Amino acid sequence: MTTDLGGPVPVPGAGGGRFAGEPVLSIRDLSVAYRTMAGDVRAVDRVSMDLTAGEIVGLVGESGSGKSTLAYGATRLLRAPAVITGGSVQYQGRRMDTPVDVLQLSTAQLAGLRWREIAIVFQSAMNALNPVMSVRNQLTDVIRAHLRLPLREATEKAAGLLDMVGIPRSRLHSYPHELSGGMRQRIMIAMALATDPEVVIMDEPTTALDVVVQREILGQILELKERLGFAILFITHDLSLLLELADRIAVMYAGQLMEIGTAAEIHHEPSHPYTKRLLHSFPALRGPRKELTGIPGTPPDLHSPPPGCPFLPRCTEGTDACSRIEVRLSRVTSSADPEHLTACPFVLPDRPDAAAASASGSGSAVGVRPSTEELTP
Amino acid sequence: MTTALPINVELPALPGAPARQLGRWRRLPLKAKAGVVLLGFFVLIAIIGPLVTPYNPGYQNPNPALSMNAPSAAHLLGTTQSGQDVLSQLLVGIRLTLELALLVGVIATALSVIVGVAAAFLGGIWDELLSLAINVFLVIPALPLLIVLLGYLPYTGQTATILVLAGLGWPWGARVIRAQTLTIRNRDFIAASRESGESSWRIIASEIVPNEVSLIAANFVNTVLYAIGASVALAFVGVTNLSSWSLGTMLYWAESQQALQFGAWWWFVPPGLAVALMGTSLVLLNTGIDELGNPRLRDANQRAKVNGRRLLPTDPTPVLHASLPPERRSPVIAFMRSFSRSAYVSDRAQRLSAAKPSEGER
Amino acid sequence: MPFILRRLGFYVVAAWVALTVNFFLPRAVPGNAVEAIMSKFPSLQPSAYHALEAMLGVGQAGSIWHQYVSYLDDVLHLNFGISSSEYPAHVSTLLAQTIPWTLALVGTATVIAFFLGTVLGILAGWRHGGWLERLLPALMFLQAIPYFFLALLLLYVLAINVHIFPIGQGYAGGLVPGWHWSFISSAIVHSLLPAFTIVITSVAGWMLQMRNVMITTIGEDYVLAAQAKGLRDRRVIFSYAARNALLPQLQGFGLALGFVVSGAIVMEIVFSYPGIGLLLLNAVTSDDYPLAQAIFLVITFAVLLANLIVDLVIVAVDPRARTREAA
Repeated sequence: MTTDLGGPVPVPGAGGGRFAGEPVLSIRDLSVAYRTMAGDVRAVDRVSMDLTAGEIVGLVGESGSGKSTLAYGATRLLRAPAVITGGSVQYQGRRMDTPVDVLQLSTAQLAGLRWREIAIVFQSAMNALNPVMSVRNQLTDVIRAHLRLPLREATEKAAGLLDMVGIPRSRLHSYPHELSGGMRQRIMIAMALATDPEVVIMDEPTTALDVVVQREILGQILELKERLGFAILFITHDLSLLLELADRIAVMYAGQLMEIGTAAEIHHEPSHPYTKRLLHSFPALRGPRKELTGIPGTPPDLHSPPPGCPFLPRCTEGTDACSRIEVRLSRVTSSADPEHLTACPFVLPDRPDAAAASASGSGSAVGVRPSTEELTP
Repeated sequence: MTTALPINVELPALPGAPARQLGRWRRLPLKAKAGVVLLGFFVLIAIIGPLVTPYNPGYQNPNPALSMNAPSAAHLLGTTQSGQDVLSQLLVGIRLTLELALLVGVIATALSVIVGVAAAFLGGIWDELLSLAINVFLVIPALPLLIVLLGYLPYTGQTATILVLAGLGWPWGARVIRAQTLTIRNRDFIAASRESGESSWRIIASEIVPNEVSLIAANFVNTVLYAIGASVALAFVGVTNLSSWSLGTMLYWAESQQALQFGAWWWFVPPGLAVALMGTSLVLLNTGIDELGNPRLRDANQRAKVNGRRLLPTDPTPVLHASLPPERRSPVIAFMRSFSRSAYVSDRAQRLSAAKPSEGER
Repeated sequence: MPFILRRLGFYVVAAWVALTVNFFLPRAVPGNAVEAIMSKFPSLQPSAYHALEAMLGVGQAGSIWHQYVSYLDDVLHLNFGISSSEYPAHVSTLLAQTIPWTLALVGTATVIAFFLGTVLGILAGWRHGGWLERLLPALMFLQAIPYFFLALLLLYVLAINVHIFPIGQGYAGGLVPGWHWSFISSAIVHSLLPAFTIVITSVAGWMLQMRNVMITTIGEDYVLAAQAKGLRDRRVIFSYAARNALLPQLQGFGLALGFVVSGAIVMEIVFSYPGIGLLLLNAVTSDDYPLAQAIFLVITFAVLLANLIVDLVIVAVDPRARTREAA
C-alpha cells in the first residue's frame, strides 16, 4: 500500500489510481459478533455495501440494529468482547494505487489509515473531546501524527480548520467545557477533516443538538463535502433527515441489511415492509393529518435469532413461509435505481421463494396481525 | 449483493461460545468469593475460638522456663514474656477485634446513611452545613484525634472505643452516599413518585435505599476495615484499655517487652498476620462488590485472548478469519517473553496455524 | 481562582474546628486536669501549676470566651506551653526538634510511593490481564497490613536477623547532629527501612486505585476517539486516558493523606525514629496533655496544608477546576 503524506487537496471527483464511480469503501459480507458468557451475539450479519467517492450514504435503523457496530467494526474500533467473524472491507482512497482490506492490516498500518483516510465524527462532542486538552492540542496532535508537520505549521493548519467551520481562531486555546454544543460539534467536524480523509463516518452527529443548530451543522457539512470531496457514511435513526440529506440510504434491522437504494427510491418506492413502516413513523410537515403508525413489538433477541427474516414477528405482510427463506438482498426490478436492493421476497413476484411464500397461504401468518390499513408511500 | 448460505445449512457456531447460564454464585467475581471465604474463616474463629482456647489467655505461668518459648507441642504458638499462651490470646483477640470492628461498622454505616440521605434530601442550607461538617471531619486526621480523645476520657473501655471510632468513621460513607443520593434524587422516576404523591419517607425507603445497596455494602466493608486498623493502631500505641486481649494489645505487649530483640517472632507475627488477613479479605470483598457494580471493571477481568495473545483495550478489533503475521512487541516485552515456555509454545502454534486458515481460541 | 479561595476558606474552617476541639477537651474532662497532672509529677514546682493552667487555659480569670481568645492568641504565636513529661522544656522546642525528621521521612516516602503507585497503576490499567493483574491479591494483602506490623516484620528479618539495616534510631549513637556528611549519611541509612515500609504498604493502595480509575477512563468516548485518530497507543494511554484518570487519583491522595500520616507516625514507634510519633507515644504514656494536644494540632495543620498543595496541583492539571465554583 502506498500513501503519500500530505500534499495539495485534489479537486473533488478527480480520480487517482482508480476510476471515478468506483467505490472508495467496499464492505463485503461483514459479520461482527459479541462474545458474552451466555453465548455469542451476532450484532452484524453478513452486511455488504459500497460507498463511492463524494457520496452520502445514510445508514438508518433502530437502536441495536447494528448500524454503529457496522461502522466501527469497519475500522476495527470495537473493543472486546467484539470480534469480526467474516467478510472484508476494501478501501481505496485517491492517494492509493491498490485497494487494501482493512481487516487484514497490521496495527501499524491500521493506525496510518485511521483518520487519514477514514475519519469519524462521534455523536456526543462533549464526550468525544478530551476535557483536559486544549482545542489546539487536540487538532495538532492528529495533524502531526499523520502529516508529520512541525508544531508551528500544524497550529497554522489547525487555525485554518477553525476558519473553515466558522469558529474564531481565538478558540484554539479554549477547552471543550468552555464551548457551546454547536461549537464543539463543529470542532469535531474540523478535527475529522484535519488530514483530508476520503471517508467520514458520522455517527448521529446532530442527535444531541437542537433543531436550529442541527440545520446549521448539516449545512456546514454539505458545504465542506462539496469543497473537499469526501464521502460520508451518515448513521442515524432519523430517516426523515436522510431523505433530504443522503444520496443513498441503507436500512438495517437486527444486524442485517434490509434494503438499500437511492434516497428518492426509498422515499417513493420503498419495497421492504420495515422501510415502509419507518417512513410512516414520522409526520410530514405539510399535507393532511394522518394517524401515525409506529411499529409494535421489539427487535429480536440477537443471542438466538429466529430463522428466516428477522422482521417477521412485526411484519404485517409476512407469512410463515418467510421464516423459511434465506435472507439475501436481491434487485428490485421495478425500481428506477439499478442498485436498489431489498431483502424481502414477498414484494418481488419474480423471486422463486416468493411464489412459495404466497402459495402457502395468505392471511394465516405466524404471530402477525392481519393488515387492514393501506400503506401508501 | 452476495448470497447468504442456503437455509438448510446450520451456521457454524462460533468456537468457544458456552450457551449455558451460570448460577449466581459462580458468576460472582473470583475476588469476591475469595474474600467471602477468608472472612468466613475468621468469623468462624471469632465464634468458636474463645471456647476452644487451650489455656486461659491471661494466665501467667510463673515457671521461668516457659517464658518466651518458641512454639512447641504444649503451646502451639509459643508463650509470651510472662508465660501466657499466644494461641489462646490470638483466638480471643480475633473475636474481640472482629466484634468491635463489626459494631463500629454497623453504627458508623447507619450514621452515614442517615446523614448522607438527609443532606441530599433536605438540600439548601442544611445540605451546606452537613456537607461542611462531613468534609471537615474527613480532612482532620483521625488517628491523632482519636489518641487525644481517648487519652482524655477517664474510661477507655470497649464501649468508649466503639463510640469514638464510629464517631470519626461515618463521614467518608456519608459523603459517598450523599453524592449518590443526589444523583438518584434527580432522576425521573423519583419525580414520578413525587408526582404520584408518595411521601418523602416512602420514597427514601422504597426507591432510594434499594438502589444504593451495593454502595452501602461497600461502605460498610470499608468502615470495618478502618475500624480494625484504627483499633489495632490505638491499642498498639497504648491508648485503649490494656486489660482486654485484643490483637492490638498483644502487639503492644510484644513491642514493649521487646519480643523483637529476643527474636520471639511467634508473639507478634500471628496477631499481625491475623489483622492483615482480615483486612485482605475485606479488601477482596470490596473489590468484588466494586466489580459487581461497575461493569467496566468486570469486563476488564474477562481477559480476552485471541490466537493466544492477550488483547489490550488499545488493540484493534480482532479479525478471526484473517491470517495475520505475528505482531512485533516492544523489545522489553519480547525479552521477557523469551523466558516463558508457554509464550514459546503459543507463538509456535500461531506460526503453524498461520499456514492454514483457522479460527482463534477464546 | 474562586476554587482555590473556597478551598482555602474551607481549610481555615477545618483548622478552627481542630483548635476548638483542642480547646474544649481539657474542660470536658471531669475533675481538674491540672491537678491530675500535678499529682502525677511530684517533681513539678508549684509555679508550674500556673504555667499548666495557662497552657490548658483552665482556672484563669475571665470568661470562657476570654480564655478562648487568649488560647488562640497563644497558638498563633506558636506558644504551646510547657511539657509536663519533659519539664521544663517548651512544647514548641520539642516539636521543632522532631518535626523535621518526620517531615523528611514521611514526606519523601509518601511522594515516592504515590508516584510509583500511580505509574504502576496506569500500566496495570492499560495492560490489564497481564502479570500485574496476577499480583493483585498480593497487593491487596500488602495494603491491608498495618504500617507498624510491616515495620516489625522488616525490622526482624532485615535488621535483627540479617543485619543489613540498622535496628532503629534516627542515626548512629554517639554522633553529634549537624550538617556534616557522617551524620547525614548515617541519618539516611537509618531512614531507609522506615521509608521502605511506608513505600511498600502504600504503593499497593495507590496502584489499585489508579488501576480502577484507568479502567473506567479507558472506557470513555474520548479515548476511543483518540484511538480512531490513529494516534500511538502510548499517547492515547498517557495523554488522553491517564491525564484524566489522574484527577480522581489526586483527590484520593488528598483524602488519604490523613491516614498515611497517621500510619507512618505509629510506625515510627517501632523504629524508635526520633520523629513526632515517638514524641506522641511518650506524651500518651505519661499523660502529657499539653504535648499530646500540640502534636495533634501540628499533625492536623500539616495535613491541611498538604491538602491545599494537592488542590493547587489539581487546579494546575485540570482546566475545568479553574472555573469551577463548587468545592
